[in-house]
Amino acid sequence: MNQFSYVRPASLKAAIDAVAKDNTARFIAGGTNLLDLMKSGVVIPEKLVDINRLPLKDIQLNGNTLHIGALALNSELAAHELVTTHHPLLSQALLAGASQQLRNMATVGGNMMQRTRCTYFYDTTMPCNKRSPNSGCGAIGGINRMHAIFGASESCIAVHPSDMCVALAALDATVLVTGPKGNRRIPFTDFHRLPGNTPQLDNNLAKGELITAVEIPANAYTKNVYYLKVRDRASYAFALVSVAAALDISNNVIRSARLAMGGVAHKPWRLYDAEKALAGKAPTEENFRHAADIALQSAKAYTHNQFKTGLSVNSIQTALLKAASV
Amino acid sequence: MPQENDQQHYPHRKEKHEARRDFLKQSSAMMALALTPPLVIKAAQHDEAIAGIFEKMPVSMEINGKKIEVSVEPRVTLLDLLREQLNLTGTKKGCDHGQCGACTVHVNGHRINSCLTLAVMQEGKKITTIEGLANGEQLHPVQEAFIKHDGFQCGYCTPGQIMSAVACIREGHAGSPEEIREFMSGNICRCGAYDNIVHAITEVKQGGKTV
Repeated sequence: MNQFSYVRPASLKAAIDAVAKDNTARFIAGGTNLLDLMKSGVVIPEKLVDINRLPLKDIQLNGNTLHIGALALNSELAAHELVTTHHPLLSQALLAGASQQLRNMATVGGNMMQRTRCTYFYDTTMPCNKRSPNSGCGAIGGINRMHAIFGASESCIAVHPSDMCVALAALDATVLVTGPKGNRRIPFTDFHRLPGNTPQLDNNLAKGELITAVEIPANAYTKNVYYLKVRDRASYAFALVSVAAALDISNNVIRSARLAMGGVAHKPWRLYDAEKALAGKAPTEENFRHAADIALQSAKAYTHNQFKTGLSVNSIQTALLKAASV
Repeated sequence: MPQENDQQHYPHRKEKHEARRDFLKQSSAMMALALTPPLVIKAAQHDEAIAGIFEKMPVSMEINGKKIEVSVEPRVTLLDLLREQLNLTGTKKGCDHGQCGACTVHVNGHRINSCLTLAVMQEGKKITTIEGLANGEQLHPVQEAFIKHDGFQCGYCTPGQIMSAVACIREGHAGSPEEIREFMSGNICRCGAYDNIVHAITEVKQGGKTV
């Protein structure tokens, strides 16, 4: 690892100043992705600003809204009674990600900030527009089995690796951010970006801005939910595809549905058209299949990931069936 | 900077076969000095920014019940501090990227991958490594169960497996073989001793002993 200096500011303001005023400085929380990237030479900060001692760990209900501090650990959040009671989909998604050791380190904010696991991004001898803008994309003409089928561009076909974020996108969460210019709120589905011609930007945070919390509004998705993750081994691997499915079912009619996918796009991918197609319908295998087919209409596969379209249809249908039969 | 006196903290660690390790450490440190370009050293003397990154930081923590104070460069991981400065080489470096679990230790009672955290981030924390698990000569029940059930072949992943297994039981995630497999998935065993590891954990869990 390259050398760097290290500071541990006592206040939020001091932490933000330390990063806002220094182009080579980065925040560090759990460090599970950043240190990995630093060891690989993908990211080379000259200063790390440790935010772990800042008071951003609270998990509490404000009215009907669940407030989750950015430094809440993934393991704490997954097991927290407020989450398992009010937002079980989030708990399932968290437990599908990483290992217990990593979940004991990884924070909510850090999970959102993790970079793609595209092997061309990690391999500094290969071209990658995300790591080194305008150097080209190794994946488009290379081995792209793990890559995107939605929303990719000619610059980048990488996917966002998070499970937690897929659930938060489905649950219409909001991201609370503070920075040199004050506070702002970002709808979760607008937090991450599609690659376009600026794949080096994963999200819409400005320099020096720090995630302080995530909020989830009250919803009816407390029972009929399921997070399905399909991967190359039974546990502890990134998703080939994943599906967060949430249904509000009453008298055998779907009042509303939420669907999002992971492993298929540069950001957690909401399936709005499929959600609309499910509203007012009966929770049947046939209707679920129809919704899945609608969801895949805009898919575009590459040389090695064509299996993901069929896998996605089956996974969406399976996740919905599991959610409906809980 | 004061050199840590390992002998003082961990007298039992200093054994004959470690002389070679010490020799290698010393000679590689001298080699690194010899290879440092004079220009960098000169720059370090005059440029505060560069000098800053060469500086070590004091860190104090409790490791296996003993308070320690050391000085480390910010880039030193907890794993490298344990192995290279404190001679606690029971904790293993496998992948060094959080993918194998060989480096698993407990920090304030929670299992983590020591390769993916900086030593300076652990200021004031209580660390338990595989060396701190036994009670004197009396092995921890999970250590005994691993021996009884052949929970290893080559043994390289074993310290991480055992630290993870102890935490898995304490967390309440050892209720069934399926649950054990899921919550032990962060520890890879290339020899494939998984069945026996699950048997060992199951026996300790069902034995009801406090771990």
